Amino acid sequence: MDWGNILGNAVGELISPTTAAYALAAIGLGVHFGYTGLLNFGQAAFMLIGAYGFAIPTIEFGAPLPVAILCALIASVLFALFLGIPTLRLRADYLAIVTIAAAEVVRYIVTTTGLTEVTGAANGLSGFKGTFAASNPLPDGTYGFGPFTYNSYDWWVRIVGWGLVILASVLVFLLMRSPWGRIVKGIREDEDAVRSLGKNVFSYKMQALVMGGVMGSIAGIIFILPRAVQPANYTTGLTFFIWTIMLLGGAATIFGPIIGAMIFWVVLSLTQGVLYGAIESGFLGFLSTTQAGQIRFMLVGLALMLLVIFRPQGIFGNKKELSFSV
Amino acid sequence: MSSDNAAGGTTAPAIPSTHPLVTGTVGPGCAKVDPIVVADGVSRTFGGLTAVDVAHLEIPRGKITALIGPNGAGKTTMFNLLTGFDKPNTGTWNFNGRSLAGVPAFKVARAGMVRTFQLTKSLGRLTVLQNMLLGATKQPGENIFTALVRPLWKSREAEITIKADELLARFKLDAKREDYAASLSGGQRKLLEMARALMSDPELIMLDEPMAGVNPALTQSLLGHIKNLKSDGTSVLFVEHDMHMVTHISDWVIVMAEGKVVAEGPPETVMKDPAVIDAYLGAHHDTDLGDLTGGPNLVEDARAAAEEVHEHKHHKEDKS
Ligand SMILES: Nc1ncnc2c1ncn2[C@@H]1O[C@H](COP(=O)(O)OP(=O)(O)O)[C@@H](O)[C@H]1O
Ligand SMILES: [Mg+2]
Repeated sequence: MDWGNILGNAVGELISPTTAAYALAAIGLGVHFGYTGLLNFGQAAFMLIGAYGFAIPTIEFGAPLPVAILCALIASVLFALFLGIPTLRLRADYLAIVTIAAAEVVRYIVTTTGLTEVTGAANGLSGFKGTFAASNPLPDGTYGFGPFTYNSYDWWVRIVGWGLVILASVLVFLLMRSPWGRIVKGIREDEDAVRSLGKNVFSYKMQALVMGGVMGSIAGIIFILPRAVQPANYTTGLTFFIWTIMLLGGAATIFGPIIGAMIFWVVLSLTQGVLYGAIESGFLGFLSTTQAGQIRFMLVGLALMLLVIFRPQGIFGNKKELSFSV
Repeated sequence: MSSDNAAGGTTAPAIPSTHPLVTGTVGPGCAKVDPIVVADGVSRTFGGLTAVDVAHLEIPRGKITALIGPNGAGKTTMFNLLTGFDKPNTGTWNFNGRSLAGVPAFKVARAGMVRTFQLTKSLGRLTVLQNMLLGATKQPGENIFTALVRPLWKSREAEITIKADELLARFKLDAKREDYAASLSGGQRKLLEMARALMSDPELIMLDEPMAGVNPALTQSLLGHIKNLKSDGTSVLFVEHDMHMVTHISDWVIVMAEGKVVAEGPPETVMKDPAVIDAYLGAHHDTDLGDLTGGPNLVEDARAAAEEVHEHKHHKEDKS
């Protein structure tokens, strides 16, 4: 087994754009669930809308970078309004049902063959990276050290991706220490109480839904910058991983989603390296590499179960805060 | 004549036909000289059950009004309807002359009519202080954009924190300031909810069973707070089962039974109203009161308390 390579790959995940994208989506979900108590089971749909909202204008109309980003943002705001207007006045579980269904609906829509011209149907989209690559101020070439050696484009994706993660974290930090944050946390506890104190609960829930959704859609853009747009990536499985990351780090914490995403991807990379290595060297000869891939996610499920049992507040969460079942 | 009877307190119960708070004669749904809330034809049914069916109701301004009635009389439902937490089948009502029918709950609160809940709604995973600050008004930092820039809301935050600390001290919760509200006892949560509601200086505060679960030692000081509210010019409407308390602090008592207002009057006399005894005892009002538990004791208590108040008043008058 090539331990150097396995560890190198795992460490590389720490700053990979995919990790950044998952962290950003988890920060958005933290705004929804961790702070406001909104049960959004469709974060994958926000990522999908970000991805297609950015790629389609770029490919179809040659939209400049800022315009394509704006399209993605507007699409996700509209999607949030579409989800929120009918459900946010109702009990919390309605949002959960509607988000899970809407996420599947949008995935089926982009996959339909009738829209192949626009969405590429099951094949997805590629050829949308030009405008982003053109915005890269870094010199050409490959640089860095050890496992962190990338070409200019890969560095640019990482810098932008993590820059946005930091920006989102600062935004959440500023909001959650403010009176605005006090209100959404109050809504998480008991929205009728907040209503009785003269706050427009519906409006605050909508603001939180839109903000977390926009973060999800920006995450969707970062996610596709190192790869192609593939509708198969946006299943409920993706939403589940974002939830895992958020709960792993701690739902209502600033660093939780970031550290959660890093741990998630490092562990996935390590288990993949070790399992594949073991299969190649004959230890686990009865397993195929496809099966090994599945086993990794079983381990993730197991880890999540252990986490919920032994550290329900997540890594950064406050035990005292969570020990009150409200 | 009838008022003489009431003052004497020994002869058959009678209701004075007039009262300084009332224009015209005293009775269920009577018009007040200066009402803060006026409701007309408010009804609410749950399936086949008519929970509230109030033809006309006025709540006097600047007074402490008790809303009493047996369990299931529709008091909480009436609170919910008036404050926009529930929608009536029919009816209109206004607060300070402004119609509030169909107005959402948060706007009712902003208009100056703030309520508390029978089942307390303290925000468990917020600290006691944060609970209090949520009750404040005019905090610019509650806007998502202003929230990002602390200097824009810092000074208001300091003001409302001072106010919150004063109220917490008054309600003996200052030691709990930094604790999560979930760690408070049931009685302390009631106090917190009331203190929180006062953060916005409401014109009318509506308390649904504020004393339930509050220990007797604190009840006394709570009574004091409620009286202070009145002297500060706040109108109070509260639901309470303890007749001693009702008689001691309220200026006016409204009695509901089976969704209707069945009697109204000053506390000294309303307890003697046959309709009230009827409401609490149902058809058994001619039975020996001692034979029944709960309801009858309530009425007995009320009578005793009413008498006490009278004696107290006479005593004072004698002195002066
Ligand atoms: N949400 C509801 N659904 C069905 N019935 C209700 C509901 N709320 C109240 N009721 C019924 O309405 C009646 C009045 O209840 P309530 O207003 O809580 O009485 P009170 O506060 O005077 O004890 C009761 O018979 C109660 O069972
Ligand atoms: Mg009640």
